[in-house]
Amino acid sequence: MSKRIEKVALHDSATPSLPGLAMGGGVLLARLDDLVNWARRNSLFPLTFGLACCAIEMMSAAAARFDIARFGSEVFRASPRQADVMIVAGRVSKKMAPVLRQIYDQMPSPKWVISMGACASCGGIFNNYAIVQGVDQIVPVDVYVPGCPPSPDALLYALIKLQQKIRAQRLGMLLELKPKEQPAITAGDRTRALQPSSAVEVSK
Amino acid sequence: MIGEVVRDVLKPIGKGLKITLRHLLGPKQTVFYPEERKEQFRRTRWRHVLLRYENGLERCIGCSLCAGACPVRCIYVEAAENTDEERYSPGERYAKRYEINLLRCIYCGYCQEACPTGAIVLREDYELADYTRESFIATKEMLLEPLPVRDPVRSP
Repeated sequence: MSKRIEKVALHDSATPSLPGLAMGGGVLLARLDDLVNWARRNSLFPLTFGLACCAIEMMSAAAARFDIARFGSEVFRASPRQADVMIVAGRVSKKMAPVLRQIYDQMPSPKWVISMGACASCGGIFNNYAIVQGVDQIVPVDVYVPGCPPSPDALLYALIKLQQKIRAQRLGMLLELKPKEQPAITAGDRTRALQPSSAVEVSK
Repeated sequence: MIGEVVRDVLKPIGKGLKITLRHLLGPKQTVFYPEERKEQFRRTRWRHVLLRYENGLERCIGCSLCAGACPVRCIYVEAAENTDEERYSPGERYAKRYEINLLRCIYCGYCQEACPTGAIVLREDYELADYTRESFIATKEMLLEPLPVRDPVRSP
């Protein structure tokens, strides 16, 4: 039985949900931020989510020549419960979309998504009825990697970009409160636009 | 009993570990990516560049053959007429707008093959990842190579 996505679970991958700390958290947690971000960005366990030819390049990035272990991401987890970042490598068919969303929901927060390749990012050459035109219609994407497929070092570059993004995150601080200090709050904003956040207005 | 253990267990383990040891002492394969880059092939196809002639005029004549050849339709060209006061390319027309969706592009190089003037080429810059979809629309200003630096001694 295929499951239709009627309601998108409203979640922002970049924001840890500690709403009570929004005021004053920036002062009290300043040094703790650095420690937590250091730990988070240097042990990003990817979820094994190879869907097509991009997965070959993803595996190649884990092999000796490119060696993703230098960034602390060598542990490709088969269980979403143990993963931090989902590398969507390959085209996502409409039949796969509910599965992908479910697996994303099973990952523990904080979690990030790298959309690898032209197909995952926007459909690529598959502009047809069967393929989801961009995985950001289903899950909030943090980093997009173009290419068909991207070379392993392009994926490593995306991982470095993701680490830079995590470095700028703040504990207990909603992203919308400090738009200037945050790089790129608009990643995957299609799902974010649905967010019924009553307390905070999304400042554009 | 002991002989069997040595023959069936210890010897194969030693044999396997010998291969491990040989590769441990051999040359290192890893490319330390952010510090050093792997050598790219000469015909590597990554990010597009719009070329100019030596005198600074654009090679692109706005014929849209690249957009026609593109299998994913990620190129948009809008042509306009050159005038004597405002000349961009040597021919009659030039590309007023030239946009490529780098996210949709599959870097096949068909545009490069189709181009009659050799205006669009794909170069080695592969570090293209970014945070938003909007940032992947490469406009003509981003794609054009900079104007050639004029040597004041040789060509005053």
